[in-house]
Amino acid sequence: MSTSATKVFVPRDTTACSLGADDIAKKAKQIIDSEQLELNLVRNGSRGLYWLEPMLEIETSLGRIAFGPVDEESVDTILRSRCWELLTEFDSILNIELPHFLGLTEEISYLKNQQRICFSRVGIIEATSIEDYNAYGGFVGLTVALEMQASAIVKSVVDSGLRGRGGAAFPTGIKWQTVLDAEAEEKFIVCNADEGDSGTFSDRMLMESDPYSLIEGMIIAGLAVGARRGYIYLREEYPLALKILNEAIELAGDAGVLGENILSSGKVFILEVRLAAGAYICGEETSLLESLEGKRGEIRPKPPLPAIKGLFGKPTVINNVISLASVPGILANGAEAYQAYGVGRSRGTLPFQLAGNIKYAGLVELAFGASLNTLLHDFGGGTRTGEPIRAVQVGGPLGAYLPENQWHTPLDYEEFMKIDAMLGHGGIVVFDSSVNMSEQARFSMEFCSIESCGKCTPCRIGSVRGVEVIDKIRSGIDVEENTVLLQDLCATMIDGSLCAMGGLTPYPVRSALQHFPEDFHVKADSL
Amino acid sequence: MNNTKPSFDVDQVARIIEQHKNRPGALLPILHGIQDELSFIPSEVLPVVAKQLNLSRAEVHGVVSFYHHFRTSPPGRNIVQICRAESCQAMGSRNLEAHAKQSLGIDFNQTSIDREFTLLPVYCLGNCACSPAVRIGDVVYGNVDIDTFDQLMHEHSAVAVEVK
Repeated sequence: MSTSATKVFVPRDTTACSLGADDIAKKAKQIIDSEQLELNLVRNGSRGLYWLEPMLEIETSLGRIAFGPVDEESVDTILRSRCWELLTEFDSILNIELPHFLGLTEEISYLKNQQRICFSRVGIIEATSIEDYNAYGGFVGLTVALEMQASAIVKSVVDSGLRGRGGAAFPTGIKWQTVLDAEAEEKFIVCNADEGDSGTFSDRMLMESDPYSLIEGMIIAGLAVGARRGYIYLREEYPLALKILNEAIELAGDAGVLGENILSSGKVFILEVRLAAGAYICGEETSLLESLEGKRGEIRPKPPLPAIKGLFGKPTVINNVISLASVPGILANGAEAYQAYGVGRSRGTLPFQLAGNIKYAGLVELAFGASLNTLLHDFGGGTRTGEPIRAVQVGGPLGAYLPENQWHTPLDYEEFMKIDAMLGHGGIVVFDSSVNMSEQARFSMEFCSIESCGKCTPCRIGSVRGVEVIDKIRSGIDVEENTVLLQDLCATMIDGSLCAMGGLTPYPVRSALQHFPEDFHVKADSL
Repeated sequence: MNNTKPSFDVDQVARIIEQHKNRPGALLPILHGIQDELSFIPSEVLPVVAKQLNLSRAEVHGVVSFYHHFRTSPPGRNIVQICRAESCQAMGSRNLEAHAKQSLGIDFNQTSIDREFTLLPVYCLGNCACSPAVRIGDVVYGNVDIDTFDQLMHEHSAVAVEVK
């Protein structure tokens, strides 16, 4: 196929493929071959408009046009129409009468109303094509960083206001400064790609759709703190991301971006992916480091901080995928440009993920400061079942359940803390009116009991007792006394646990109790 | 150690260990390698791995038993994971779980009598935009309702099962 041929795009992304994108790609290839169409099939990443997947896009002189969700039959009709050949003037788009036609992709309001900075290339480029990555501003940040002093790179990240996107929101630049200042012969960059929170998929999307931005971010982190080796600790549940990352790392090595002589600078950075083994707790940074060292994923008490004594006892930068992938843009466009987005101490953008019972589920990257209502209604369009939204869990399984009267809260780290909630990794799980909140509270404790590393008692035993006491309340046994006991248990777990697993599990439980108490009172007639 | 013949290919395991043992933090890559090739980690392998890494057998056992992914008995021909996490719950995964257990006649972490399916819980497949999600082998499926589930079981079964 000649490279001048018109490009047609079908995503290679777990969710798109889970809805049939591979079959669509196969079908498209078949038609292109049998009809001898001047088309070049590209497997891009997903745009993150998941209710429209599998989506098919075609390049035209006016921009890409989209169709979705397509099936094999509509792909056949679309490709045989040769509609892209007729598109020369904007008005001609209006004349397209084909199944599932969505118009120009960039004009779809869900996409148009976002501020895609970290996800600027996601869904546009072919994930592992270095040529595509370069064409869309890739490696500019790295080139800039190679000309800078380590401390200047760190300063840039500090000035950008970037905070850890994994959930804890610790300032990334400060972490880097600590590692830079630590004296050691060897230092490490570790990417936490153990995205275990339900309702989150931004790390997966980024790794599957734009892996070089993560790789570039890690190389820059290495230059900034003086580390020559990096690890991506990837969850086992992401087999496609593993494949794509390994392909990308190999190609980046061949292209001289990774390895012994980064872009002919003489600088070294060696990167490899390490596969996790299905333990949620390994998303906690010290537990992750234990796991990387080949041990049980039991958390380490802090201090010492990983920045001082991390992987194999060496100073280690450990950052989330989105934090690291945000860095190349910060270096390329300047800290100020990034800092200009957001509110208060929450600077930049967060890729929010709309999940659960929501009509338009997908990835929405926005500057901090918008409200949850905007996401739920303007983007999300209410529930998929058509019932009213009753509760929304923000920030994964350790995040609070929020009732309607809190949905006006600005999406800002500090504002969420004020209402005993957290933004975490930006996952938003929507429940309709059929949800039973005492059942959800029970699950929070159950999940903690399954995933606790067992190191500290409040988490290991507290979660088991939590399940038991919620069961008693749900069965109507001494409800008042047991509710007091549950509150007491929650306080013990929050104050006494070694890490966020036991320390935050009570938040969804307490929010369910506080905002949805009616679900904990068994009605007399149901006994 | 007794003298009974081991149930695994000694050379194969030795090769996997050799391939990874000089990497820092080699134990997880070795265990992944063994499970990928043998489909599980036989308990007789543990002392072999321990010796090569200069660890105690208890340490290796401790690691194998810590991680949900590692299993010490052979699974069925298909490994079916149903997501139990919140996003899938919001879209009816509790019913799906109950249906799966009932239709396959097994609980989580069990294998069907015909050894066609091993059913496992999983906490998030990152497919939360089209919950409920199910993974069979390395393929993830979205928007899985009870009918789709039955269809998937039918397609993956070597023995045709009746789809109601």
